[in-house]
Amino acid sequence: MPQTKSETVPVRSTSEVVMVRHMVRRWAVEIGFSIVEQTKIVTAASELARNMVDYGGGGVVVLEALDDGIRRGLRLTFEDKGPGIADVEQALRDGYTSGGGMGLGLGGARRLSNEFEIRSKPGEGTRVMIARWKGAS
Amino acid sequence: MAESRNDALLQVLRDNEQEILRGWLQLQERDLSLRNNLLRSGELEQQSRDFLAALRGALSAGDTDILTSEAWAPVRELMTSIARSRARQGFTPTETATFVFSLKQPLFTALRAHASGDDLAEQIWSSTLLLDSLGLLVTETYQKGREEVIARQQQELLELSTPVVQLWAGVLALPLIGTLDSARTQVVMESLLQAIVDTGSAIAIIDITGVPVVDTLVAQHLLKTVAAARLMGADCIISGIRPQIAQTIVHLGVEINDVITKATLADAFSIALQRLGLAVVRRTAKAV
Repeated sequence: MPQTKSETVPVRSTSEVVMVRHMVRRWAVEIGFSIVEQTKIVTAASELARNMVDYGGGGVVVLEALDDGIRRGLRLTFEDKGPGIADVEQALRDGYTSGGGMGLGLGGARRLSNEFEIRSKPGEGTRVMIARWKGAS
Repeated sequence: MAESRNDALLQVLRDNEQEILRGWLQLQERDLSLRNNLLRSGELEQQSRDFLAALRGALSAGDTDILTSEAWAPVRELMTSIARSRARQGFTPTETATFVFSLKQPLFTALRAHASGDDLAEQIWSSTLLLDSLGLLVTETYQKGREEVIARQQQELLELSTPVVQLWAGVLALPLIGTLDSARTQVVMESLLQAIVDTGSAIAIIDITGVPVVDTLVAQHLLKTVAAARLMGADCIISGIRPQIAQTIVHLGVEINDVITKATLADAFSIALQRLGLAVVRRTAKAV
């Protein structure tokens, strides 16, 4: 997938979660996402970035603007070196939380994205990749 | 050995204080020539004079522990106050650190007249170490000063951003603007609950038109606020739900079934009036 632009930003605190939201919003606007598409990917980014801060001890977000000649999109990769998730299926289930949240963030982020991929190993960390395409429902 | 080296520095300072001060001031004024609007005339000279005097005092005590010893306390205090005032006045970190580092040149010139060869190298080295650690101290304090400014602004923002307004007798509105993190939500919730008590209101409208993103954390904060208000006997209406926010909330899977929601504050206000048995009617020509 040809990427036109890429940037990596660290996320260690809630104020940096806010910064990630602003960046994702800016990139989504540049790509030409509609207001609904912008809001969906910004919200998904907010959930995943906060998960990294709350459960993964902080990590990095890689933003990539994609363009394959036909469609344009935005891919976000969230990577932390935290304790990892023992049971990914369980973590994706709505209503399940190991903290004090609503237990909807991970599953919600999946529903808000066109592509979703999660890899986690206990003790090694978690990597979540989401992508949205302009014009995709 | 360390003390004897600083003794030389002390000697030089004592003998050439006026000359060093003059050279130092010249350098500083050159560096700050574009910024003289930030510093009152005479202030720089006073600060520099005080610093040299404090430095002389600390050196004559013979203690080399700059960061903790009693003898260096006046120097540290002076540096702290200078760094803080410059942070507030809008100086850059470089400009602030230059205050200390620009002393090197006139000081080394004076040392050169005092010694030569290995002695000179030794003296310059120890003076450099001394001024470097003072420079770092200044930079660190400057940083702390900036952080205090930021912390104060955050505090001000917290207070600014939570106005609870009364729309009608018994109807409160809370227009939320910006990011709802946990600290702000706490303040928002407290001020809303307090206003409910103070005004005896039965209905509170929380307007989220100005909240850019409603993720699960924001939703959770909102639902908690609604639940707390309900415990106090007030019903909440959440208004200002834009189409994109509505779609996002649905995808997230957040259930807000038992909360009344409206697209606009006007809709919410009209519901509130209905609940209170009030109606807004157009005056007919006859009634006027």
